[in-house]
Amino acid sequence: MGALSVKHLLGIKYLKTSDIQTIFSTADRFKEVLSRPIKKIPSLRDITIANLFFENSTRTRISFELAEKRLSADIVNFSASSSSVKKGETLIDTVNNILAMKVDMVVMRHPAPGAPVLLSRHIDANIINAGDGINEHPTQALLDAYSIRERIGCVAGKKIVIVGDIMHSRVALSNIFCLKKLGAKVMLCGPPTLIPKFIDTLGIIVEYDIRKALEWCDVANILRIQLERMEHTADGKTVRYFPSLREYALYYGVNKQLLDSLKNEVIIMHPGPINRGVEITSNVADSKQSIILDQVENGVAIRMAVLYLLAGKVME
Amino acid sequence: MMKPRVISDHDHFQLTLDRLCHQLIENHGDFTNTCIIGIQPRGIYFSNRIVNRLNQLMKRQQIEYGKLDVSFYRDDFRRNEKFIRPNDTTIEFSIENKNIVLIDDVLFTGRTIRASMDALLDFGRPAKVELMVLVDRRLSRHVPVQADYTGIRVDAVRAEYIKVDWKETAGKDTIWIIEKHN
Repeated sequence: MGALSVKHLLGIKYLKTSDIQTIFSTADRFKEVLSRPIKKIPSLRDITIANLFFENSTRTRISFELAEKRLSADIVNFSASSSSVKKGETLIDTVNNILAMKVDMVVMRHPAPGAPVLLSRHIDANIINAGDGINEHPTQALLDAYSIRERIGCVAGKKIVIVGDIMHSRVALSNIFCLKKLGAKVMLCGPPTLIPKFIDTLGIIVEYDIRKALEWCDVANILRIQLERMEHTADGKTVRYFPSLREYALYYGVNKQLLDSLKNEVIIMHPGPINRGVEITSNVADSKQSIILDQVENGVAIRMAVLYLLAGKVME
Repeated sequence: MMKPRVISDHDHFQLTLDRLCHQLIENHGDFTNTCIIGIQPRGIYFSNRIVNRLNQLMKRQQIEYGKLDVSFYRDDFRRNEKFIRPNDTTIEFSIENKNIVLIDDVLFTGRTIRASMDALLDFGRPAKVELMVLVDRRLSRHVPVQADYTGIRVDAVRAEYIKVDWKETAGKDTIWIIEKHN
């Protein structure tokens, strides 16, 4: 096991399978660190990290911030709502100004797909993508696959279905890349309007019947219905992706009766935040089959591993 | 170029191991308040041997024994050309107010031991920490660290390195001095 093959974590599609394995084995060490009486280690004490959140986030931002603090890095937080972005400053100007204050790493969430790639061409700092529009959310996919590995031993050969709003989900795309690289079989399930055309060219199965999908799989990763993106305006008309939330819950919601009626026991995942009663009912989210809180816990260890591995590349 | 030299073979090695174990028993009695911590990765071969031999000598299986990885505490992170690969840490007991014997194979610059002290203190406040090494390369220290128990003392020059072969990995126990090639 060596260092990562990349300088930035822009997306899972740029990683090699060996990079993912390296991140996992490093995260194992950090899980142990997080169980100690003193959970802080000094590795990144000479590093300053800027957390640039141009889009709202609670979980990811707190998870990154905690990971950075556990590694003893100095951090600066930035959110678009209270910044000069509102005054019309460009992304590269904003970031260059922050870097002029001697920042070594940038963790960025941005509504525009590809924003971290653009940034990586213009600045020297290591960049970690914390979600770029509907493109990728690599650390989420890593922690999802890591949580599967932790629960059922390995990812290779396992059957995983991703349920819900695939169209607007960066979690779905990163998960597909990550699970495929690790050798899992991947299926997507959701209303046809929320499944992108030609997605099957990525070598995955598409299923529109939730019962059949759950019968097939070992693990179901249930995505949030993004209520803020459920209307689409074209030619002056507003079109909905499905008639109502109630109808969605009826056809694609995962509930206890449905799970209990299956022969197999399916492990339930959700990247959060949950719309309880829409894509998943409370008694499923809080059941023994659910590893939702393990995902959150593992998120800190995975992000520590990514920060440590990127920072550990030798200074030139 | 000089041929590799053996400085300790199997028989000599056994004598050294027995002597070190007896020294530990002399100072720590029945080990009720003492635990042993091996330093990853290569100190573990040595600490496993010490713990096994102590168990045989004392007819007791209960010595508290842990493994400590110091990667996250090293002072050459981001400065070393080779990537520092972290290993397991398993310390499944409290070290609060305990006597700790840290064990490593070769004491060279002392930097690993410096890092291990930092790492150890994150698990609690021990009463006392001692250091045992199989090989002490005197005259090469970068920091003021000395061992309390030493297997062999060696005055190797910087152009040489000490290689420890273990029965578990190489078939027999041997300590070598080897000239570095550049």
